[in-house]
Amino acid sequence: MGMTISQKILAVHAGREYVEAGELLNCQVDVILGNDVTAPVAIAEFNRLGREHVYASDSIVLVPDHFTPNKDIKSAEQAKILRDFARQQGIRNYFEIGQMGIEHCLLPEQGLVAPGDLIIGADSHTCTYGALGAFATGVGSTDMAAAMATGEAWFKVPESIKFIYFGQPPRWVGGKDFILHAIGDIGVDGARYMSMEFTGEAIRGLSMDNRFSMANMAIEAGGKNGIIAADDITMAYIKDRVKRPYHIYQSDDDAVYARIIEYDVSKLEPVVAFPHLPENTRPVSQAGEVWLDQVVIGSCTNGRIEDLQTAAEILKGHRVYSGLRLIILPGTQAIYLEALRRGYIETFIEAGAAVSTPTCGPCLGGHMGILAKGEKALATTNRNFVGRMGHPESEVYLSNPAVAAASAIKGRITPPWEV
Amino acid sequence: MKFTGHVYKFGSNIDTDAIIPARYLNTFDPAELARHCMEDADPGFPSKVKAGDIIVADKNFGCGSSREHAPIAIKGAGVACVVADSFARIFYRNAINIGLPILESPEAAAAIQEGDEIEVDLETGLIKNLRSGEVYQATPFPEFMQRIMAQGGLINYVKESE
Repeated sequence: MGMTISQKILAVHAGREYVEAGELLNCQVDVILGNDVTAPVAIAEFNRLGREHVYASDSIVLVPDHFTPNKDIKSAEQAKILRDFARQQGIRNYFEIGQMGIEHCLLPEQGLVAPGDLIIGADSHTCTYGALGAFATGVGSTDMAAAMATGEAWFKVPESIKFIYFGQPPRWVGGKDFILHAIGDIGVDGARYMSMEFTGEAIRGLSMDNRFSMANMAIEAGGKNGIIAADDITMAYIKDRVKRPYHIYQSDDDAVYARIIEYDVSKLEPVVAFPHLPENTRPVSQAGEVWLDQVVIGSCTNGRIEDLQTAAEILKGHRVYSGLRLIILPGTQAIYLEALRRGYIETFIEAGAAVSTPTCGPCLGGHMGILAKGEKALATTNRNFVGRMGHPESEVYLSNPAVAAASAIKGRITPPWEV
Repeated sequence: MKFTGHVYKFGSNIDTDAIIPARYLNTFDPAELARHCMEDADPGFPSKVKAGDIIVADKNFGCGSSREHAPIAIKGAGVACVVADSFARIFYRNAINIGLPILESPEAAAAIQEGDEIEVDLETGLIKNLRSGEVYQATPFPEFMQRIMAQGGLINYVKESE
């Protein structure tokens, strides 16, 4: 019987020829990621183990991106735990403020994650790297601590759902809409414990930035990982980035899937997820009249150069709606610099937007754009839970960057074609 | 391990932002996290929860982020055990890893009500409702996972086995 890409990657890392869904495996991991919220807990647990050295310092990546640049004294203390641990353990892949970016934008950009890798991260959006044909999944801090000590982690081999996207997407419809549509269809636990494999001609036609947006949100359907087989577009992306051996896997024709779901993307329009779950989706034309206090463009879901390009194209020559706050956060320093060189930053500032250094910041209600009671925000981020961006009685709506930019101009949720 | 406790009941898709909002994640001190446990789902919860109480919830409990602060806050608040229709994957792993006992039982989650007294036996997976007398059977964890929970988490377990 054949295997899916996810089964193949787990099998290889467990030293096995074949594995079945449901099996428990102990696997060697290639990359272990932590940030300023999760790594301090992992480091404390690692120290409790009494080990002097980490198993392999080059497999560890530490990115202080959540509450940085440090938002308060406690956050500064947490970030310092990472910095001190990186120095003490000789961890080269620690990214200080100034080189730091949002982890899931930064690791692919730096070539630290590659096709065929087995990656764990103490951050739920670690599933982003599945866009490169890697098996990447979020874990907790204790799992991170154990993996830092042993180089290993245990996994239950997941069943897979195959999503086949066919047809040509209309203008303004991209990866974010593909994944929101799927979450709206199967629900926030529709892929619980499972692997989400994205295939079909519409996926093959997607840029890497759009693929990252898709794989990023697999967790919002409860998925263990999201994965897209590497192809020419992947190879072009990693060519000058990945400096180590990697392996490309394809699912076998006779691989077993728990479900196969097909979507005709030519029928889609940009999708908006209403409060307070990512599954509460509607086509943007059916959003009704939702007036906004804030729009956020950025995050590990949509903080990449193509996202900023889309926003700039729409905002060019327009002004942000009077009284609305538009906050734009490039995902990494390299993305920021590229946006600056292309003139996007000038466009944003002329439109009346606030542009920030990279940070997760407002996405999780950390800093840089917290909502007051009763306020409404549209964000290109990934979660719209109660209190996610601030006060428990505030509201977050999710969309792609085109809808976000258009809505910032009009002051209410607006389809991009109305600007 | 057996627990008897007073039930606080929650609905479906209780996410980690509701369990412990990110505005409190600049610390990982269990006592401090416990002061805000479940705050965005039930603002009164931190002041009324007592040691030994049990949380019962519907499906997908703990969805969202990978923050281990979520089970740490619940354990820190003195909650003895969480019973749910189902758990989100990362929360499930984290709860076991930090030694917060959990059990999955759709029947128990559907029948048990706020204010009930229940008895939970981790070894057998039996959950007994002391109000109604009903008994629900959850699938018990494999022995090694029970030992991880009994020893207070994965790190203690690894140290013990070394």
